[in-house]
Amino acid sequence: MKRHLISAADLSRADALLILDTAEELAGLADRPIKKLPTLRGRTVVNLFYEDSTRTRISFEAAAKRLSADVINFSAKGSSVAKGESLKDTALTLEAMGADAVVIRHGASGAAHRLAGWVRGSVLNAGDGTHEHPTQALLDAFTIRRRLTGQGGTGGREAPPCAGGPGGASPRVGTARGAGLDGLRVTIVGDVLHSRVARSNVLLLSTLGAEVTLAAPPTLLPHAVGSWPCAVSYDLDSELPKSDVVMMLRVQQERMTAAYFPSVREYSRRYGLDVARMARLPEHAIVMHPGPMNRGVEIAAEVADSVRSTIVEQVANGVTTRMAVLYLLLGGTEFPATEFPAVTR
Amino acid sequence: MCAATNPVAGRDGLAVLDAEEIRRALTRIAHEILERTHGGDEVILLGIPTRGVPLARRLAARIGEFEGLKVPCGSLDVTMHRDDLRLHPARALGRTDLPPGGVDGKTVVLVDDVLYSGRTVRAALDALNDLGRPRAVQLAVLVDRGHRELPIRADYVGKNLPTSQREVVHVLLAEVDAQDSVTISDDGRQP
Repeated sequence: MKRHLISAADLSRADALLILDTAEELAGLADRPIKKLPTLRGRTVVNLFYEDSTRTRISFEAAAKRLSADVINFSAKGSSVAKGESLKDTALTLEAMGADAVVIRHGASGAAHRLAGWVRGSVLNAGDGTHEHPTQALLDAFTIRRRLTGQGGTGGREAPPCAGGPGGASPRVGTARGAGLDGLRVTIVGDVLHSRVARSNVLLLSTLGAEVTLAAPPTLLPHAVGSWPCAVSYDLDSELPKSDVVMMLRVQQERMTAAYFPSVREYSRRYGLDVARMARLPEHAIVMHPGPMNRGVEIAAEVADSVRSTIVEQVANGVTTRMAVLYLLLGGTEFPATEFPAVTR
Repeated sequence: MCAATNPVAGRDGLAVLDAEEIRRALTRIAHEILERTHGGDEVILLGIPTRGVPLARRLAARIGEFEGLKVPCGSLDVTMHRDDLRLHPARALGRTDLPPGGVDGKTVVLVDDVLYSGRTVRAALDALNDLGRPRAVQLAVLVDRGHRELPIRADYVGKNLPTSQREVVHVLLAEVDAQDSVTISDDGRQP
């Protein structure tokens, strides 16, 4: 593991599997009477949020608190940023307060990368502009693995270890531990151009062996999409019957500065997931959405509330996955001093 | 132990217990557990990963053979409660698997392969504390090698093994390592 988590591309397959396996073990915590571990006692995690966010900030906060870390929430609104303080000066302030990790969400792509050069703690990218959102990709991968590799989660917990047979080569029976997403077909649908979730997912899911296809109108695909490790289609209907996972992206009205499609209604007709389209999916396929949803635009209400939908599960898995990331970055020995970036003032 | 002066032992480790002796030790511990807990009612065996887990399963199977009693067993990962986390890079977690019904009001027997400093057991007691309130907690180990750093002792011991702190005790179990043996070597190299 590297010191920071800035891009899903920083994660090797082994790193990604370590995070997912750690999350798998931490998932049991949610069922216990005391949902807390002492592991990060005395460490400080700063949530530095320059953009509005509900689930990501709360998710990181819950994850850090369940590991007993101290959490400082910082949102740009009503802070010194409103008075014109730069990111760097804010970073140096946090540095002086002894933050062991900074979770940053920022409207500018590359903000997390810049921040990593200014602070000694670990930097976790919680979304930078239209660039990346690696923990979302991790929780999506975790959700896909639990649902579709068929061994993780409840299946593993139901099997009592006494009845686990002779054990064989593996001491763990009935877990998805170590499994990748090899051969699974994931279709990511919608506003790829503005989506940090799509980019992180393409990178991570392909690292884990999944075959990713982007289905979007040409106007909502980035220019460089040809160099991404995925296929591209303009026709959602032809992709649905061969998809194991359909991941719907939010139509990001706040980033739509040009006319990317004629009308919301036309977009919804061609790329929205309604009941008729869902019926074309294979029996086992799941529907994902990173939230917040625009019901009736990219996803119909009936689809969002169907049994195939993993939307609520994704939120629960988000806390678990972020706990795994925080534990792996902060739980062990501090990274050697030689790896500290030069703090330039 | 004069492992250092014996080139064969230095490389392969000196055999302490073979498969047959491990089997006998576990049989004795199973009987002792039944005796000390007055028939094994309300007993749960919790193995500490990695090798405590198959040992707990074997003990449960043994108790089942003797008394026709199904003793619930599970695993208890202590990684998150260790006191030496910051001395190593973050480690992968083991599995915590509680039998249905939990630990409340039960007699929990913790099972591990080697008892050394006692720090793992302390972490296990902390981890257990977050899972419920057992009526009593006991400790079963295959090998007690001494050098305790905390006021902790085992209730059931497969073999007391006097060691020097330089020496390393290796426990191999068929479920994990494809063979059963306990060896001791001088240098920390795997046998």
